[in-house]
Amino acid sequence: MSSSPSLNTWSDALSGFTLGGFPLGLVIVAAIPLVFIALYALTYGVYGERKISAFMQDRLGPMEVGPWGILQTLADILKLLQKEDIVPTVADKFLFVIGPLIMFVGSFLAFAVLPFSPAFIGADLNVGLFYAVGIVSLEVVGILASGWGSNNKWALYGAIRSVAQIVSYEIPASIALLCGAMMAGSLSMQHFNVVQSGPYGFLHFFLFKNPIAWLPFIIYFISSLAETNRAPFDIPEAESELVAGFFTEYSGMKFAMFFLAEYGSMFMVSAVLSIVFLGGWASPLPNIGGLALNDMTNGPVWGAFWIITKGFFFIFVQMWLRWTLPRLRVDQLMYLCWKVLTPFAFIAFVLTAIWEIYM
Amino acid sequence: MSEYFSNIKTSTTTIATGLAITLRHFFNAVKRKGDAGIDDADFFKQVDGLCTLQYPREVIPTPVNARYRLYNNIDDCIGCNQCDRACPVECITIETIKVTADDLAVCGKTSGGQQKRMWVPVFDIDVAKCMTCGICVSVCPTDCLVHSPVADFSEFDVKNMVYHFGNLSKIEAEAKKKKLELEKVAKAKAAEAAAASGAAPAPKPAPKPAPKPAGSEAGE
Repeated sequence: MSSSPSLNTWSDALSGFTLGGFPLGLVIVAAIPLVFIALYALTYGVYGERKISAFMQDRLGPMEVGPWGILQTLADILKLLQKEDIVPTVADKFLFVIGPLIMFVGSFLAFAVLPFSPAFIGADLNVGLFYAVGIVSLEVVGILASGWGSNNKWALYGAIRSVAQIVSYEIPASIALLCGAMMAGSLSMQHFNVVQSGPYGFLHFFLFKNPIAWLPFIIYFISSLAETNRAPFDIPEAESELVAGFFTEYSGMKFAMFFLAEYGSMFMVSAVLSIVFLGGWASPLPNIGGLALNDMTNGPVWGAFWIITKGFFFIFVQMWLRWTLPRLRVDQLMYLCWKVLTPFAFIAFVLTAIWEIYM
Repeated sequence: MSEYFSNIKTSTTTIATGLAITLRHFFNAVKRKGDAGIDDADFFKQVDGLCTLQYPREVIPTPVNARYRLYNNIDDCIGCNQCDRACPVECITIETIKVTADDLAVCGKTSGGQQKRMWVPVFDIDVAKCMTCGICVSVCPTDCLVHSPVADFSEFDVKNMVYHFGNLSKIEAEAKKKKLELEKVAKAKAAEAAAASGAAPAPKPAPKPAPKPAGSEAGE
């Protein structure tokens, strides 16, 4: 179900493009977000993480490969590609190989429903948000497969922790997103953006329109950190305790897949956060009198710019938190999830419902 | 219940404090930390900005009294071999040739005015082995062996870590050896001639002690 037929003319035209009977347009539409995210995750995500962490610790970060080290990630990829692909002899070979693949595919499946602009969306499902929340759980299977298949105590510990953590944090995350769904009145990802766009820019965003929305916003942000195994919830990796957690035994391209999946899901949760609470591709600039800033900064290309900017901002916040906070203990993690986030998510849910009914 | 909410409040404020600190460092990354040394009065005041030193391109100068790579001023070396004997890791190799009487003037004196009596064709220091303990420096009688302030002298081949300080080439060393042999022969001849002319013969060296009988070893 497409809720914005007029805005989808670009993508319709592109999807209809065929070359000798081959639906080339459809392939391109599907490839745009993937190419973007591969480029982002491979180069600028990793590079940004290293630079931001360096600056926060008064260091310079990578400086040698290219000016200011901007080609460092390419050099890293070259190194990873050349590395031997080791499968331990005592590992469960099938699970060991399938684990990173499931995780990689799982983290990128959610990109299908991310509206990158009014015109670019892989699949405008009417259950888009539900799909995005559900498909991320596939990562758990990949993590458990790789941790169990590695036949390594650290990997198994990491995998078990990770599964416990992700399954627990799905609950406050889903309830928080449900508040957004109530405000939008739909589960379609494109619809979220349509109802949040308007002449007053950011005032139409749920975060600013609704006095309760900050609560599910924060709850979802915290839960999304846990779901992507980012610090301070990185106990599945826990370098100082578990070597490298569930991917201790991995090397070469399989390791790179975990890396890619992590940065892919980082962008995915940031994009979901900005779509549900901050208007996705809608411009935050308001029309002020005769100065139609909002009209000027809306459109297919501007939309992609805004959602990527918002996503990058939240990725920056994720990195900022990572280099600020120490890792939580396992019991603290569960305390935060079940005793703090879940009750507050329910409170936010009820308050949002009341607000939506009576206001 | 009040503890529950105070916990939330504490964690929120502490997280905010931590985030403010890291963000301040993040924005200070456009500046470089000052290069005040530890003995500067405002050393602890300059805490903002990057402190990375991009080493090969930026270097903190080593102090003039720093003790790193060994250097031997061979013009002052008298070939006494004391540094070689003192070295705990045996990184110094010395070969010496005695100076013949007619060469004493050529060999010259040290800067302290001491007559040098040894050619030093080989004075090799393996700085890869050297642990900069300084014992060789302390035993050197003419103060010609010193630790220089050169700290960065890495090489791709470990053979290049051996530094040669000898003051004779191989050919020169051969020539000096021959000269010494000739002088010895000449001296021996002179002594024989002196003995033949009726002077008192030189006392014979005492005979070496005979090997110990096997019985004493068995007692061990």
